[in-house]
Amino acid sequence: MANWPLLSVVTFLPLVGVLFILALVRGDEEATSRNARYMALWTSLAAFLVSLLIWINFDKSNAGFQFVEALKWFDLPGNYTLTYKMGVDGISMFFVLLSTLLTPICIISCWTAVKERVREYMIAFLVLETLMVGTFCALDLMTFYIFFEGVLIPMFLIIGVWGGERRVYSAFKFFLYTLAGSVLMLLAMFALYFQAGTTDIPALLAFAKDKGFDQGMQIWLWLAFFASFAVKTPMWPVHTWLPDAHVEAPTAGSVILAGVLLKMGGYGFLRFSLPMFPEASIYFTPLVYALSVVAIVYTSLVALAQEDMKKLVAYSSVAHMGFVTLGIFAATHQIKDKAVLGEQAVQGAIFQMLSHGIVSSALFLIVGVVYDRMHSRLIARYGGLVERMPRYAFVFMVMMLASVGLPGTSGFVGEFLVLLGAFQANVWVGVLATSGVVLGCTYMLWLYRRVIFGKLVRADLKSIVDLNYREIVVFAPLVALVIWMGVYPSSFLEIIEPSVKALVSDFKAAICARDAACFPGVVGAR
Amino acid sequence: MNWVQIQPALPEIFLVCAAMALLMLGVFQGDRSARLVSWGAILALVVTAILVASFAPKEGRLLLFADMFAVSLYGAFVKILVLGASAFGIVMAIGYNEREGIARFEFPILIMLATTGMMLMISANDLIALYVGLELQSLSLYVVAAFRRDSVKSTEAGLKYFVLGALASGMLLYGASLIYGFSGTTNFTQLASVLTEKDAGNVGVIIGLVFVMVGLAFKVSAFPFHMWTPDVYEGSPTPVTAFFSAAPKLAAMGLFVSVLVGPFGKLVGQWQQVLVLISIGSMALGAFAAINQSNIKRLLAYSSIGHVGYVLIGLAAGTEAGYRGVLIYMAIYIAMTLGAFAVVLAMRRNGREVETIADLAGLSKTRPGMAAVLMIMMFSMAGIPPFAGFWAKLYVFMAAIDAKLYTLAILGVLTSVVAAYYYIRIVKLMYFDEPADAFDRMPGRELGLIQAAAAAFVLFFFLFPGPLVRAAELAVKSLAG
Repeated sequence: MANWPLLSVVTFLPLVGVLFILALVRGDEEATSRNARYMALWTSLAAFLVSLLIWINFDKSNAGFQFVEALKWFDLPGNYTLTYKMGVDGISMFFVLLSTLLTPICIISCWTAVKERVREYMIAFLVLETLMVGTFCALDLMTFYIFFEGVLIPMFLIIGVWGGERRVYSAFKFFLYTLAGSVLMLLAMFALYFQAGTTDIPALLAFAKDKGFDQGMQIWLWLAFFASFAVKTPMWPVHTWLPDAHVEAPTAGSVILAGVLLKMGGYGFLRFSLPMFPEASIYFTPLVYALSVVAIVYTSLVALAQEDMKKLVAYSSVAHMGFVTLGIFAATHQIKDKAVLGEQAVQGAIFQMLSHGIVSSALFLIVGVVYDRMHSRLIARYGGLVERMPRYAFVFMVMMLASVGLPGTSGFVGEFLVLLGAFQANVWVGVLATSGVVLGCTYMLWLYRRVIFGKLVRADLKSIVDLNYREIVVFAPLVALVIWMGVYPSSFLEIIEPSVKALVSDFKAAICARDAACFPGVVGAR
Repeated sequence: MNWVQIQPALPEIFLVCAAMALLMLGVFQGDRSARLVSWGAILALVVTAILVASFAPKEGRLLLFADMFAVSLYGAFVKILVLGASAFGIVMAIGYNEREGIARFEFPILIMLATTGMMLMISANDLIALYVGLELQSLSLYVVAAFRRDSVKSTEAGLKYFVLGALASGMLLYGASLIYGFSGTTNFTQLASVLTEKDAGNVGVIIGLVFVMVGLAFKVSAFPFHMWTPDVYEGSPTPVTAFFSAAPKLAAMGLFVSVLVGPFGKLVGQWQQVLVLISIGSMALGAFAAINQSNIKRLLAYSSIGHVGYVLIGLAAGTEAGYRGVLIYMAIYIAMTLGAFAVVLAMRRNGREVETIADLAGLSKTRPGMAAVLMIMMFSMAGIPPFAGFWAKLYVFMAAIDAKLYTLAILGVLTSVVAAYYYIRIVKLMYFDEPADAFDRMPGRELGLIQAAAAAFVLFFFLFPGPLVRAAELAVKSLAG
């Protein structure tokens, strides 16, 4: 089993579905739509099942890359060799699962909401799934970049073709912001290649650990990668594309955007910025802290002022991703004696990303449910929904509590670990970040009160119907996961831990190999 | 001079003879024979390409005609692409000319003569031979630009092209005379041995070199000698525009590389600075000036100026990897531009051609296949992976980073983001907007085939980049040898 190219199967299975849809789905409008939906659903479910095999066969004790497949793409004698290489470790494995889980959920969720060009819509989603999974599996710079950048095309079309009123503006903004970030990263990748002589990611990591990239260059390379990942994450102040894209995208588009695409930024920091440029990461940690804290506090305040539910959730995403970047860069501290806490913060960041991937996806779906019924996302338009929609109110409550980080839900674990690391690194950063938790409670609880509680006064809301079976099927796995992750996080952390441990100890080794004094204690104070 | 000695020049000789024979046919049969002559011309171009491939030396350069004419794998690579582009140009023109009532037998003959000129340029090993080839090409092109002689726009395009082109030719010739005056020879091989790094301070040679570069920059329509491009592109009949954007540009770029690398190879420090500026200017102009265009032909003109800027990055790198990038980029660019123009040619409504971008609105609903092709071309031109255009940019930018031209590379990728704006604007029109009236049925099968072939090449290039990259690698090796 372990010899099977499981990762390639998961990655390219959706493309097979696309071929089937292109080749087989014919006939009148209605038949085409129905067949395309089923075809997409079965394909994505099959991909999800195969990805479960990856989890089952994953070797928890191994911190390195597993399920590695390499295929020589083509080479020139004495010249640049292109390699297709895939593999996962504890850091990336759950992102693959997150992608394969959310895609079928998206397809079910938009079963009736999307009526136009269903065939193309399903094709776009399946292509997107291939590219997302590929991004997290890629172990070669070029392979990674192709998947990473290719994501732009289907997402651009999904926002632009099936989006809301200002879809054109949002689609362009999304496309150009992300492209501007990633082209600089491409140049930095070339520079990496010319220094290390390879584009193989494990080899580059080893090179960074043993020899290290030229320190003067590191600053620039770090900035180039940062440009790409900061836009994708997104970090303040380059987050402005996100609320626009989220608001205008169709529900399923928002789900993928929040659930998976944003994680590519955090994943990129962990895979590239931190291990490949350790000196530069330490140098820039104060910057990342500052931006993260601003993101947490400022966007929480902005979320408080929103009248549009989707926009509120979008801003809350920026704030939650602020915790993620905070946690990731907490690893640059505690070089000497407190390495454990650095590990925990990074684990917390990864856990927070997974949790956010599920919770914010669910929140977008929750907004989508009432939007499908009433065609409005304005908070003021609703109120007292609990009277007519008890099941809906329950799901909303679970997700809302997970979003504010209540113990027992998935949101708590990640935030707690991150804040633990942040306090160790810098008390002020910790205090400010914690204030974001309070603000998060405020806007989420207030949102819940205004939408669900109160008196049901509007006449047209009196006939609103509760979740139907299709919607329950969508939400049930998400609710279960949120609680599972909150109650028994070890089943996830035990897989994440070895790889993170290796990451942090390699980081320490890299710094100490070149700097005899090692960085003593807290660097953020510099 | 016996048979063996002229054998390497056989492709050119064959092409000229074929052009003469077809000319005779046309003269005696009149315009009725336009279709026959066109297919004859296409056949002749294909045969020439086969001859080029079979007579190319395995390595190094063969010199003949008193060292005026050089044959090498590099030349063969560029020539085969030029011949292919010319053949496609004629294929696209056959149906168009008939529909527009300008089906004259001279058209394919002129294209053949222009192609001969291009082949001579590419093979030139002497400033005089270079000039002769360049003029044969240019004079044929001036006529082709004004081919729709009843149209004011087309005549204007021809005239503009002629006047500005003559100026550029004059500058090139002036530069050549300066170089001759200060070095005592016009032969590339001798120039390469006479000119050394010490000549960097030789004002006469440097000025001459700059003038030659001005002439060549005009031919590849690089900033700041690009002014003719939008007008000529817009005014010329559309298949002619398609041809202009492919074959002559490729030939001129091939010449640009061989002139700078061959005789002036040791002055790389001098011409590199000029090229960096030309390249930045072209990229920026191509990106910003295209934003406001409403005519698709003008837009593609500015886009081609931008692409030339990227190609020149490879040349400016001054390394073998850079020259290889130039060749790869040009090959991919030709596929993209021919594919895009095959779509533009199919933009006809009520029997007339339409050229504004707004006419593309909602194309994905009325003509999904065509919209998909143009979308692939646009994403590819914007350099989004996995399309071929991304690989084209990859190779030149990689060469630039290797050569430590960081500023150039950074400005290059940033302008490519600006340019992405107008490429995706076309995608937006086709996919996001409500449909305009549907276009007429696809005129002729050949356009559909060209579209499909170009789209398949651009889409699947990433699976099989080997052959093209390897061929470019061999070609560049022979350039230095």
